Amino acid sequence: MKRDWWKYLSGILLLYAIIGGFIVDVPESMIMETMRNLFYHVGMWFGMFAMLITGFIYSLRYLRKFNETEDIVAVEAVNVGLMFGFLGIFTGMIWANFTWGSPWVKDPKLNGAAVGLFIYTAYMILRGSIDDVQKRAKVAAVYNIFAFFLWIVFVLILPKLAGDSIHPGNDSPPVLPMHLYPAMRLIFYPAMIGWILLGFWIMQIRVRIRKIQMLIEQ
Amino acid sequence: MSFSEIRYLVEKEIKLELKQKYVINGILLYLVSTIFVTYLAFENAISPETWNSLFWIILLFVAVNGISKSFLQESPARHLYYYTIASPQAIVLSKIIYNLLLMAVLAMLAFGFFLLLMGNLVVNLPLFMLTLLLGSLGLSSVLTMVAAIASRASHNFSLMAILSFPIILPLLATLMKVSGNAMQTFDWSGLSGLIVILITINIAVVALAYLLFPYLWRD
Repeated sequence: MKRDWWKYLSGILLLYAIIGGFIVDVPESMIMETMRNLFYHVGMWFGMFAMLITGFIYSLRYLRKFNETEDIVAVEAVNVGLMFGFLGIFTGMIWANFTWGSPWVKDPKLNGAAVGLFIYTAYMILRGSIDDVQKRAKVAAVYNIFAFFLWIVFVLILPKLAGDSIHPGNDSPPVLPMHLYPAMRLIFYPAMIGWILLGFWIMQIRVRIRKIQMLIEQ
Repeated sequence: MSFSEIRYLVEKEIKLELKQKYVINGILLYLVSTIFVTYLAFENAISPETWNSLFWIILLFVAVNGISKSFLQESPARHLYYYTIASPQAIVLSKIIYNLLLMAVLAMLAFGFFLLLMGNLVVNLPLFMLTLLLGSLGLSSVLTMVAAIASRASHNFSLMAILSFPIILPLLATLMKVSGNAMQTFDWSGLSGLIVILITINIAVVALAYLLFPYLWRD
């Protein structure tokens, strides 16, 4: 029980974010009440990043010791990261349709996210096309490390190539007055921590399921 | 790993390529016919932006086709033989160098055909040549590594494309931006930063290939 404190924390933080997110006063702006989506949509990206970094670290660890458990953690971290990524895209599309008038706009952040989804879907297909367990783990770990590095480069240099993002917070004069208000900050940061912890929780459950499946097969 | 080892391996790649001429001829024909199809598709004069995008997209497809065979041309038994006599680092570096030469030749040929069919829209030739060189190195190092990964899986042709397209984007986007600069009057501001990015990506990818390839090579 003592080791599960972070799961309770995740539940409490998210409950706080859901209740607080709907009752907190948001400032008047052209996007009006949809600003509350900030607590939920941005959380998807935080979760995705946390999961993909975990996957990358476990792929590195796999190549050091060739321990099968670490490969399982890597693949499940990527799975949960993909789930967060798709949810982030969908919540973003609904929001973008309302604020920018179209579900998909040309924006470096959207492109970075979409390319991340392409890379990790390809990672899953690569895994599916190798039958031998150890070979699969090794080849997938190499691809994960290689691709994660290039993806980070892409996310970092894209704004430089494409000009300013229309997402707020890039030092450009904000289209939307969303440089977080103190009251919103009090909800935003706990919500982000809550989403990340939820990601680790889902990942842990999925890793356990995989381990049990492996034992059954043996 | 030593330099003579890499030199012998590069020589071996070149000899192998010249011995099986149909492979390289196939890639050349692919290059020419793709450019010709594009030329017919765009009947009227095209803008510098379109010229630039088409050039790099065609070069990307040619590169994926040309490099995907890197680890498939020779039999697994032959690979086992190389495994016993050469270090994995030497193998991957020699493949990257060989593919760099191949890509440099193909890029020059593609440029020649573009000049012939689509007209010359390049204003700053030295800058464009620099992009071609950096582009050849980048395409060759990223795609050699992806070819090594894809060669370990079954059905690897479509795999090569789906694995490489998303991860080649940072490189390709920067290349297009720099070579787009070569199509207008010279403006150094902002360009130096992009060239530094290109060189950094190239060095980092070669370093990653050097570090990661041994794990793919050992079975």
